[in-house]
Amino acid sequence: MTSPNRGGRLSTLAAAYIIARRDFAASLFSRSFIFFLLGPLFPLLVGGLAGGIGAKVQQNVETPKLGVAMNEADVIAMTRARSELAGKLNQGVPDLVEVKRLKPGESFDPAAEMARSHANLAAIVSGTPQAPVLTGPPDRIERWQGVVSMMAAEAAGLGPKAYPPVALSKTATSTADRNSSRVITAQAGQVVLFLLTMLLAGMVLSNLVEEKGNKIIEVLAAAIPMDSVFLGKLFAMLAVSWVGLSVWGLMIGTVWIGAGHSLGEFPAPAVGWPMFLALAVIYFSLAYLLLGSLFLAIGSMATTIREVQTLSMPISMIQLINFFFASYAMSKPGSAIELIAAIIPFSSPFTMIARAAQSPELWPHAVAIGWEMLCVAILVRIGARLFRTWVMKSGPSGGNKRRWWHRPAAVAANTAAKAGEGLPAPHH
Amino acid sequence: MMKLGEAPMAGNVGDAAGRPLAIEARGLVKTFDGFTAVDGVDLSVPQGAIYGVLGPNGAGKTTTLRMLLGIIDPDAGLRRVLGHDRPQEIAHAIGYLPEERGLYPAMKAYEAIAFLGALRGLPLAEGRKRGKLLLEEHGLGYAIDRQIRQLSKGMAQQVQLLGTLVHEPRLVVFDEPFSGLDALNQGKLEKMIRALAARGTTVIFSTHVIAHAERLCDEVAIIAGGKVPFAGPVGVARDRIRPQVRLETRARDGAWRRALPADALPEGAFWNFTLPESGIEPLLRALIEGEAGILSLSIERAGLHDAFVAIAGEAAARALEEDKPEEQRR
Repeated sequence: MTSPNRGGRLSTLAAAYIIARRDFAASLFSRSFIFFLLGPLFPLLVGGLAGGIGAKVQQNVETPKLGVAMNEADVIAMTRARSELAGKLNQGVPDLVEVKRLKPGESFDPAAEMARSHANLAAIVSGTPQAPVLTGPPDRIERWQGVVSMMAAEAAGLGPKAYPPVALSKTATSTADRNSSRVITAQAGQVVLFLLTMLLAGMVLSNLVEEKGNKIIEVLAAAIPMDSVFLGKLFAMLAVSWVGLSVWGLMIGTVWIGAGHSLGEFPAPAVGWPMFLALAVIYFSLAYLLLGSLFLAIGSMATTIREVQTLSMPISMIQLINFFFASYAMSKPGSAIELIAAIIPFSSPFTMIARAAQSPELWPHAVAIGWEMLCVAILVRIGARLFRTWVMKSGPSGGNKRRWWHRPAAVAANTAAKAGEGLPAPHH
Repeated sequence: MMKLGEAPMAGNVGDAAGRPLAIEARGLVKTFDGFTAVDGVDLSVPQGAIYGVLGPNGAGKTTTLRMLLGIIDPDAGLRRVLGHDRPQEIAHAIGYLPEERGLYPAMKAYEAIAFLGALRGLPLAEGRKRGKLLLEEHGLGYAIDRQIRQLSKGMAQQVQLLGTLVHEPRLVVFDEPFSGLDALNQGKLEKMIRALAARGTTVIFSTHVIAHAERLCDEVAIIAGGKVPFAGPVGVARDRIRPQVRLETRARDGAWRRALPADALPEGAFWNFTLPESGIEPLLRALIEGEAGILSLSIERAGLHDAFVAIAGEAAARALEEDKPEEQRR
């Protein structure tokens, strides 16, 4: 071995790197990372299953039908007219069910028949093609009023004699479609950003509590600045998330392209896909650093997972409100509400990623990123300070967890010292 | 009071006898929520010494060590560790084994040692190499590739101990190093501490077991209720108690009995009493002249336990006894 160590110490960044490297490797090669990678599959799986079941249920439910109760000739005319129109209007014409062929002079009560009938009748058309009467629930008869009128006109020979063919000239999209699609992209961006930041901030928090449980925190505190521990943990999880994002991107991209699709088939964001994805990574990183700092500061105060849950609950709720606020602001582009949502640090990343999907200007992003970086720097600093203050004041067997009746009477007076100290207490 | 910050940086401040000091603390105070856990602690730990901080649980030992290591800052007082007022500036030259042992359960034994070394500035590759070597040397070669979670508590404790020493620190601080170790491993640790001191490493450890301190330490600080009523060589602590005299006489009575000190108590043919301040010679003369017929006379120097009782008080000594593990009390 070499000669004894002469001294010195690691710089904050060098020490943070050691912590980050350890945490990164430990997270990457853990079972929880596999679950982290599989995480997005679960919502897809659940969504797919729910969608499949829904479709099955939908298929099994009979489609609403229109009943017809007229004299024999009119019933035949209405049925023929329905067939004629169905060829032209595609799915817009309801199925027609013959309820009754009325004899001359026979009276008929459609409302009574609607109540009695076991068929899946949504409404009944009675009277004559010249004067049809549509009976049914208000929303249904209002929806079918037009099509029944056309059907009756056709049956009465009052409809158009010919339907000129319409030549179809397809465009990729329209302004209305584009705006609508961009809203979807914006919403998707916000949701993904929110879920990811919450997931990762939660992971960094449980990582810290686990570390306190391992009692290694005191070894770290004795050797390196606590700021390094804070920064190391924060950035290690960020690096882990980038790996996760890369893996997800690669997998989804491979499957998508393998299936013969291209990115162009997605609703394109206003800033274009490359810029949108770059901004998404930046905003995600900033959102995570903001929330992660907060969660780490909280984690330094907690000693158990239960305490972590209790302490982090208000933050999670506030973050949820921020997310909803940003979602609301998305529907008010250019308004004061959007500006406020972009200024509040915790809603800013969600607001701005939605803006990137909806609006092509880039300068607001430069401003927002600068502002958020400033907020991150301030919050990381405050978080590190809180962390440094609190992390050595609590522990799984912290002094404040000790009970006086477990202590020898002669040192009862000094128990308060340990309790105040709040450091892991001796066990003998 | 001497201002430590003004002391020369080369080496450390010397004590009254001119010995270079590895640690010097003056008037350290730490208060938690209004309770003073450490109340004006003074310590002078000579370089290369084995130094014990002796006291019952809750006496303020751990808080004192944590202040010396810079884990927590004192509310008042000055500390100087290996020539530095801020102990973390010299972190690479210090090894610390906290009372609450802790390692990452998923790490392999040699990696855990390397990681602890890396925290103290030892390059990882070198730490891995040394980690394997140390494990082999200490009979734990079979555990090199095992994860910490696969090791017994005692083995994990040994791995952490090796991790504390892997960067070859000049100062080693152990907080209750013997707790949780079986007798065999306690012996091994004592040997290791002696070997460290022989190499010139300063070792400071806290303990509530007087026997360890008595066997190992050159100097001790007795701490009770956050104060240090005594700090200095073990011999000086023991000399605080006057030696006990055990006298056996042929004669049962006579004029010689008037020469016995007032605290003399009979025990069969024996008398037990504290050696008078005037020394043994005048007493011997009086006993001979009084025809006591001395059969035997022994002077027993006080042990560290007696010194602790006298210095820290009965209550602290009782607490120390209660803190002992069951088997040691038996």
